[in-house]
Amino acid sequence: MKTYDAIVVGAGHNGLTTAAYLAKAGLDVVCVEKNDYIGGAAVSRNLYEDWMYSNCSYVCSLLRPEIYRSLELHKHGLQVTPYGGSVTFKEDGDYYGSYHDAEVAYREMARFSVHDADSYERYSADTMRQCRFIRDFLLRTPPDPTSFKPRDIRELIEIGGKFMEMGEDRMYETIRFWTMSVAEYLGEYFETDVIKAAMSGSGIIGTALGIHSPGTAYVLLHHYMGDVDGNVGTWGLARGGMGAVSNSIAGAFQAYGGELRTEAGVDKFIVRNGRATGVALENGEEIGGRIVVSAMDVKRTFLTCMDKSDLPEAFHKRVENFKIRGSSGKLNIALDGLPTFPALPEGSTLYHSDMHFIDSLERMERAYDDWKDGTWSRDPYIDMVIPTLMDPTMAPPGKHFMSCFIQYCPHKLEGRDWTDPEREEFARTVIDQIANYSPDFKELILHYEIRTPQDIEDQIGITEGNIFHGELTMDQLLFNRPVPGYAQYRAPVAGMYMCGSSVHPGGGVMAAPGANAAREILADLKRPNTVPENFGDD
Amino acid sequence: MTDKYDAIVVGGGHNGLVCSALLARAGKQVLVLEANDQVGGAAVTREFADGYSVSACAHLLYQLQPSVRKDLSLSPKLAAEDMTTIALGENGEHVRLRRGTVLGVSDADADSYRGFHKRMSRFADLLRTYFNKTPPRLGTKDFQDLKTLGRLGFDLRRLGKTEMREFLRLIGINIHDELTERFDSPLLKGALSLDAVLGTHLGPRSPNTIMTYLYRLAGDHGRVALPAGGMGSISDELAHVARESGVTIRTGMPVTRIVVGNGRVVGVETGSGERFDSLTVISNADPKQTIMQLVGARHVETGFTHRVHHLRMKGNAAKLHLALDGLPAIDGLSKKDYAERIVIAPDEHYVERAFNPAKYGACSPEPVLEMTFPSFRDSSLAPTGKHVMSAVVQYAPYDFKGGWDDAARQAFEAAAIRAIERYAPDIAQRITASELLTPADIEREFRITGGHWHHGELTLDQFLFVRPVCGAAQYRMPVDGLYLCGAGAHPGGGVSGAAGRNAARAILSREKAA
Amino acid sequence: MKIQEVHQGRLHSPFYSRLSALDTLNQWHEWKGYSSADALYCEDMEYFAIRNATAVFDLTPMTKYRITGPDAPDYIDRLVTRDMGKIKPGRVAYAVWCDDRGQVIDDGTIFHLREGEYRLCSQERHMAWLQTAAIGFDVSIVLETADVAALAVQGPTSFTVLSKMGLDGLEDLKPFGLMNFDFDGADLMVSRTGFTGDLGYELWIEPGKAELLWDALFEAGKLYGIRAMGTHALELARIEAGYLAAYQDFLPADATVRAGRTRSPLELGLGWLVDFKKPNFNGRRALAEEKRRGSTWRLVKLDIEGNKAAHHSYIFAKEKGNKREIGFVTSAAWSPVCKQNIAIGTVRMPHGAVGSNVWVEIYYQREMHWSRAMARATVVDKPFWFPPRRSATPPGPY
Repeated sequence: MKTYDAIVVGAGHNGLTTAAYLAKAGLDVVCVEKNDYIGGAAVSRNLYEDWMYSNCSYVCSLLRPEIYRSLELHKHGLQVTPYGGSVTFKEDGDYYGSYHDAEVAYREMARFSVHDADSYERYSADTMRQCRFIRDFLLRTPPDPTSFKPRDIRELIEIGGKFMEMGEDRMYETIRFWTMSVAEYLGEYFETDVIKAAMSGSGIIGTALGIHSPGTAYVLLHHYMGDVDGNVGTWGLARGGMGAVSNSIAGAFQAYGGELRTEAGVDKFIVRNGRATGVALENGEEIGGRIVVSAMDVKRTFLTCMDKSDLPEAFHKRVENFKIRGSSGKLNIALDGLPTFPALPEGSTLYHSDMHFIDSLERMERAYDDWKDGTWSRDPYIDMVIPTLMDPTMAPPGKHFMSCFIQYCPHKLEGRDWTDPEREEFARTVIDQIANYSPDFKELILHYEIRTPQDIEDQIGITEGNIFHGELTMDQLLFNRPVPGYAQYRAPVAGMYMCGSSVHPGGGVMAAPGANAAREILADLKRPNTVPENFGDD
Repeated sequence: MTDKYDAIVVGGGHNGLVCSALLARAGKQVLVLEANDQVGGAAVTREFADGYSVSACAHLLYQLQPSVRKDLSLSPKLAAEDMTTIALGENGEHVRLRRGTVLGVSDADADSYRGFHKRMSRFADLLRTYFNKTPPRLGTKDFQDLKTLGRLGFDLRRLGKTEMREFLRLIGINIHDELTERFDSPLLKGALSLDAVLGTHLGPRSPNTIMTYLYRLAGDHGRVALPAGGMGSISDELAHVARESGVTIRTGMPVTRIVVGNGRVVGVETGSGERFDSLTVISNADPKQTIMQLVGARHVETGFTHRVHHLRMKGNAAKLHLALDGLPAIDGLSKKDYAERIVIAPDEHYVERAFNPAKYGACSPEPVLEMTFPSFRDSSLAPTGKHVMSAVVQYAPYDFKGGWDDAARQAFEAAAIRAIERYAPDIAQRITASELLTPADIEREFRITGGHWHHGELTLDQFLFVRPVCGAAQYRMPVDGLYLCGAGAHPGGGVSGAAGRNAARAILSREKAA
Repeated sequence: MKIQEVHQGRLHSPFYSRLSALDTLNQWHEWKGYSSADALYCEDMEYFAIRNATAVFDLTPMTKYRITGPDAPDYIDRLVTRDMGKIKPGRVAYAVWCDDRGQVIDDGTIFHLREGEYRLCSQERHMAWLQTAAIGFDVSIVLETADVAALAVQGPTSFTVLSKMGLDGLEDLKPFGLMNFDFDGADLMVSRTGFTGDLGYELWIEPGKAELLWDALFEAGKLYGIRAMGTHALELARIEAGYLAAYQDFLPADATVRAGRTRSPLELGLGWLVDFKKPNFNGRRALAEEKRRGSTWRLVKLDIEGNKAAHHSYIFAKEKGNKREIGFVTSAAWSPVCKQNIAIGTVRMPHGAVGSNVWVEIYYQREMHWSRAMARATVVDKPFWFPPRRSATPPGPY
């Protein structure tokens, strides 16, 4: 049995990132992946004829530019193109468009309310202030507020200092921001329902909370704090789909001498004398490692792939109760041509943007009520985009790919597994909602792929199919993520680490958890650090 | 008449009375002006039907702060103390809770509840310490502020590593998750959910409901009492103590304006046009009413107006009063159980489902209830052999779509009766008279904007440093001489007296510093 | 229901046909969604038209609000820092408005059109703030940017031009005064205001009469050197006049992200606009506190040695051996009319007292190569350009 310096379990973007930084530091690293393809949820798949598309995560903004640059991902085929705007179709035949051009965006907002159009500037400034506060902590290890270690205290003082720097008023506003709901936050700036509805989507994506639930203003931030080329809040498309992200990181990893093994699912982490010594694969093979790192979510890592007896009881209990709720589904559609949306003028730039079909806060919240009742939203919030309008690689010429992200969709239906007819009915709900605004849409459908949270769990392995590897609520953020006392990437077993989205700073194709974990590991191994520091917002 | 007082308190609610008494004891000439004919605000006893009286709004005593009792040497007469909560179950299988003990659930649940209660009580004790202090300002170099903040940090650390972590984990989240994690019994989860959401615009799944649950516990260590003679007796005692201390209390004197002259408070004007002068005016009214109506937006600045305008304070709790010709028969209750606090919240999903329509301006078709039969221990409230029932019924949103007319009121009352009928099938026959106070009625009769009993939603974004709004958490309003002493100020509502006491102390210490 | 898509390109002001007819440079930029010319034929000539004859600038994109209602006077008075009670109908006031922290949101002019009826003009757009400030007041605030066409007519012969155009009685109009005239059956409002620091007027009319007005104006000015101008000429003139520009010399407080980047009126040298005798106005408490404690920043007008414009320069206390800068230049220019090297800057207190010297680090490029110079600068009190004709009533023919 070969013993590696490090074994990374799971070749999603975070696992690959950790693996790449460890390999870059000269370690002998293997990254094992259960599927026959890499990427986890950041993946491009060829599932229908000549379509090659992102079938899980579909847009890119959070990927830390520090990582992009230090792993030279452009050399390994990654190219992220910004795109902009969104449109929300209204039931009355009107629509609200959010345009990339600031003045056009202003004019469109002013069509509904001059107040709202003018308020947008203050809203942006206030939200940006919170972004700047959090962005500095993305590539850092959260301090333990209960610790007296100099490092933790130093870090706490630094956070406190940054907080104080804002000035008294802004400090109060920050406290409010972190505790309030996205609907109320938006309500302090805007008066128009459709504008608030359009903006509130970012507060619930991937989250088992409603727009009125306190704490969702932060979730909004989680979708705003990314950037493309320094433009905070901008989203981009990876050329060739999100698989390009994972493939490029894998490329870097292999260039540093790392070894990638697919179809090598882990059955158990091997612990001997309180120390992780390797992994046992599902095929019976054992691999030795001086350290092991799990990129899987914490539930799968500690509850499925470890013996309870190897873990402290309190930790095990907290992991059991870790909130990782499936609340989002996907429908990936191959189209014979571009569907028309008659509400929009021909050739409108809004065709290139995110499309939404739910126009009031009440409908947004009602979508959540269905989820609470254990079923998918009958009138869901859909974030739809047609990436083939911008990325020619995803479908044959003239054909299109449509990505629909659906909130809310539960992991189980009233506690039991999904049946095939129910999956079809779910797809029908989504298709019908879009078809309400696009009469020729249904005829253009060549193929669709349904992804309920259960499908995502089955295929990718994320517990309950939760896209963030755990809810982004206050009890699971920063020093509480994944569980209090274990936020610094070390598992409670010596030689074992966590590097997936279950750890700070959480989900999204950010790669920051992977990088942060690598930094901690290299420090423990007394190796030179290969993980870059935050660029810092000036 | 233009008498000159050291301080005028607008509104003789319990907080106003506490505040006035403490100021008078410090040697101040204090005038309390109450709009209604009796003092007490929402803590009053009223006859709602011939011979039947009831605590018209607040009916149970959770929060009366020991510090207030001590400072004013109060000894409220209680009809029932340390009451048991009975969560009604179908077929008479009820769950009973009292402090850390729960009966009617599995041993595992009972064990778990003991641990839960112990931890929550500890956190609540920590909170209570700060309920009796003026919240510190952030980012100042003021010694008192830094001391309080330092103390807060120290107290958190003193919980110990594990408990501090638990505190930081729990403080922002919802009670639903914690209950699901710990308990099996639906009735237990329902009853605890209800405790967390009573008086709020939150459901058990709403983050922040652990905090509201702790708030309830942080009163008198989670003990619930029923004042003899209704809640009005507490106010009467406070009024008595205030008068003894030299406070002038005038009822039937609605203040219509807080007079601002040259940028500072100079007095108040009443509905009858009477003017009273004072350089210190303390409002026991809610912050929205105080600023937007009594003072007027033009006397404060725009950012502050914006914050007050956006204060969330839309009540969902209605009050139902029934005159009964006898106690309703509830399967599984013994006679003496009618002295206890009885709740209808069969499980946490029921509570959440009751909340759902309130988000859209509709009432719960199946509401949750907190009921008492105060006449059971207190014969003064009903004719001999007859009884009154006093219940808080949720959710009846203040901004009911279509407006609160008689039909809407009757429909909600009927829904409440139906909910009770599931456990007390004869309730309808027993009713001889009834009264339902919706949040809109509470707003009108008790002059609380939105009819919200906390004078502002009790959520973390309106709590502690930021209650009622950013920059005004120290009882001083941004008009010189104007203070807030009601539930809208830190720490919040409930018949606790904490806000009144803290406000008085803040005013006196400010005077000392000047 | 078919929705017309919102206009995608730049908007054209009602004067666009006339401006584009004169345009030879095709150098335009965006101003709040409108096309606005940088320069039309020659920046220098346009500038000298302001100082020597008459220059006309299209002001239409300027944000304009109509404020009316029973509480309008009280509302305006609480909104801005100066005492608006003193501004009678028919008068115009330059004013700043602040947030509760006493930080400037914007500056602008407020026209007291009729008893209780106002027009507020500013560079930035503020409906959200204006409406928030209206909570508790019985006022109506209407955006009228597109409903009013406006021209600035500035320069020594501007009075003569307007008189020739037939505006009888204009000679009595004092600075910051308003007069109304009939123009082809429409109301033509003329205010003696401007952004150039020279004799000048601003004309306000309904958009339908815009071209007619332009033509009449240029016909009347033919013999008096009338020219159209773009923003570049205006920019130079406003620096000479010592006027501030938003996003240049200060940032709107509500659009600022970083701590410490906002400025109070006291820090912008606008203390004269702050009337502490008023019992309440937005920012009063914070400004009173600032007055007590002292400000952090001070706006300075600098007369700099040499002739190299100090664009974006750091300001230092000494020529050599500085630990760090004390501030920076926010606007700079070589003033052709004063033959001075001038700048507006912001420095940390207690630096920058009037009459004191500071040092300005100037980088300049000559044939690809960059050079650095330290230049002594004197802090001056008055605007660089303040000719007597600016306030003479009646104005001379010049």
